[in-house]
Amino acid sequence: MPFQFSDKTRQNRNSRLIKIVNGRIVRDHTIINDDVLYIYDGKIIDPQKHFFTCGNSPDVVINAKGLLIAPGYIDMQINGAFGVDFSVWKGEKQMKEGLDKVAKGLVKYGCTSFVPTIVSSPKEIYHQVLPLLKPRKGNKDNGAEVLGVHVEGPFITPSQLGAHEESCLQTATNGFNDFIDIYGLHELKDHAIKIITVAPDVEGVLDSLKELINSGITVSIGHSSATISQAESAVEKGARCITHLFNAMQQFHHRDPGVVGLLGTTHIARPFYGIICDGIHVHPNSVKIAYDSHPKGAILITDAMAAMGLPPGEYTLGGISVRKSGNEKVEVIDNGKLAGSVISIDACVKNFKKFTGCSMIEAIEAATLHPAELLGIQNVKGTLNVGADADFVFLDDDLNVVKCFIAGEEISIS
Amino acid sequence: MRLIIRSDYNEVSEYIATYVKDRIIEFNPTHERPFVLGLPTGSSPIGLYKNLVKFHRNGELSFKHVVTFNMDEYVGLPRDHPESYHSFMWHHLFKHIDIDPNNVNILNGNAEDLSEECAKFEEKMKEVGGVELFIGGIGPDGHIAFNEPGSSLMSRTRVKTLAYDTILANSRFFDNDINKVPRMALTVGVGTVMDAREVAIIITGAHKAFALAKCIEEGVNFMFTVSAIQLHPKALIVCDEDATLELHVKTVKYFKSIEHVIKNLIGAENVGLQGNVKKYPSPEVTPTREAFYNLPFKR
Repeated sequence: MPFQFSDKTRQNRNSRLIKIVNGRIVRDHTIINDDVLYIYDGKIIDPQKHFFTCGNSPDVVINAKGLLIAPGYIDMQINGAFGVDFSVWKGEKQMKEGLDKVAKGLVKYGCTSFVPTIVSSPKEIYHQVLPLLKPRKGNKDNGAEVLGVHVEGPFITPSQLGAHEESCLQTATNGFNDFIDIYGLHELKDHAIKIITVAPDVEGVLDSLKELINSGITVSIGHSSATISQAESAVEKGARCITHLFNAMQQFHHRDPGVVGLLGTTHIARPFYGIICDGIHVHPNSVKIAYDSHPKGAILITDAMAAMGLPPGEYTLGGISVRKSGNEKVEVIDNGKLAGSVISIDACVKNFKKFTGCSMIEAIEAATLHPAELLGIQNVKGTLNVGADADFVFLDDDLNVVKCFIAGEEISIS
Repeated sequence: MRLIIRSDYNEVSEYIATYVKDRIIEFNPTHERPFVLGLPTGSSPIGLYKNLVKFHRNGELSFKHVVTFNMDEYVGLPRDHPESYHSFMWHHLFKHIDIDPNNVNILNGNAEDLSEECAKFEEKMKEVGGVELFIGGIGPDGHIAFNEPGSSLMSRTRVKTLAYDTILANSRFFDNDINKVPRMALTVGVGTVMDAREVAIIITGAHKAFALAKCIEEGVNFMFTVSAIQLHPKALIVCDEDATLELHVKTVKYFKSIEHVIKNLIGAENVGLQGNVKKYPSPEVTPTREAFYNLPFKR
């Protein structure tokens, strides 16, 4: 006799069995027509196994009407949005409300998971903010999932500080202890940091990489004037990503390729690279060059700041005053430097496809599969395989987000 | 027996799918009185299932009160193996329709006690009131389900060892490696299928022509187990022109003429779904020899 779900389990709304039909599923690097998705308890389950084992019919059947079904987008570098700046402390209540605002607001862009990013800041900021940005499950109440924090700095090179505050930068003369001290990593097992951006050319950084990685942190190279050999050393020691390729690093030079030269490394697996596709931070041709040289390494990031989702005007980024102009450029008021972007992740996906001429699948994977692989969560995020979290989007053929689901529940984006 | 001949595989599939749909709708199944359908696997029913899915998507057909019994399943193959008959039925039919999983019956080739599994299957068929319509295909050697040549015509659901021909034919689904093909299967018996109130066999392709000829133009012979339908009170064969290539011209003309008479002389509206004449209109025109044999037409 097949197993029967009792009526009790049905009362919890998460225990409804949801069947999605008539969608074109993005899976295994291709589009699969004529298949169905079964969602139960916020997870994607095996439909055939469930059908023949559990003996219950779906409670809800959703017709995707021929739309593409893709995993939800993952943004692993976002400094803020909708007026919220993760690097500014206004009190615990404001930070929690700010996090909620961003997590809920990002859903309409198809973003189902994100990594709040903190720019180079004084110690107090890290100690106050980090405990509030711990990983948090995504669902209808919370909005997008918080995967942890990206600490971008302060162990970066002064000559490549971009829009960061110079007085916050520091070296790691005391090695890993400096990291523990500034981020408050005394409770190593329970910390919120998922990604760290460091410059290999800053004193003490290369020697600390091993311990950073052992603490479960993904190391990314950025805001650096490292030579190619310094950069390759970092990769050999376990750095697996480049932070916003081309920005805040030396220009590519044919005899001295610098960090960009990692795209041409052969003796070791090349790292992933975050790249901002607003057409402003990186010229479309440069995006294509990077993609052509290392298509499987592309990770789309917004590097969005507080003004994302808001009209043109003056805002702050980590305490620095910036101006968002009508053409979507954000510049530091004092020196005109580019300061974060105001692009959304779904626009990044569309632009990436346009700039590189890649397929729809590759554009989608750059915002789903690749960031999940970098963070080592590709079995539950960035995929529609059995066992994954049911975070997905319905897209039309122009890659517009039509519907967004987190933990199997549709979240209204109209 | 009715023999319906259509021009190609697609037309055959459309015909049998429409027939199944009309039978279910006419039966008007309910929870207490479901429509019990016997189903095959293989290449013959793929078109049938595509059309049934189409009807379901159009809103023309619901499987809510349909109970199904599949004919067979390999022994020892994991249920979610891509070549198991569970997988075949899931991908071709069940995942697209609204059938209740509890109403789906497929033999379990991994049961601890295979004989008991077969006995339970037969028992379940009795419990639901017997099979209303059993659909099958035919092997090139005239076998139905896995009732290979030499199977008793009164056989019931049981374990069978596959014939060499069958293993060869199936190796194309197992990386062309005959060592990977399962050697045994659970199958409904010839008797089990003939117990159904109606039996419909799909026969398409020139490679089936010899089997079809053996099954309907020669004697009932357990070397061609489909020939048992000669003794069934309500049998239907739907085939394409290619499958008739080994039949006598007279046989083909006869069966085509039946459809012609129904359509042009009696009127389709006067004939029930299962071929029973409800009303015979007085003939106004004496049919000429040409009229009798002037075909083709469509249903």
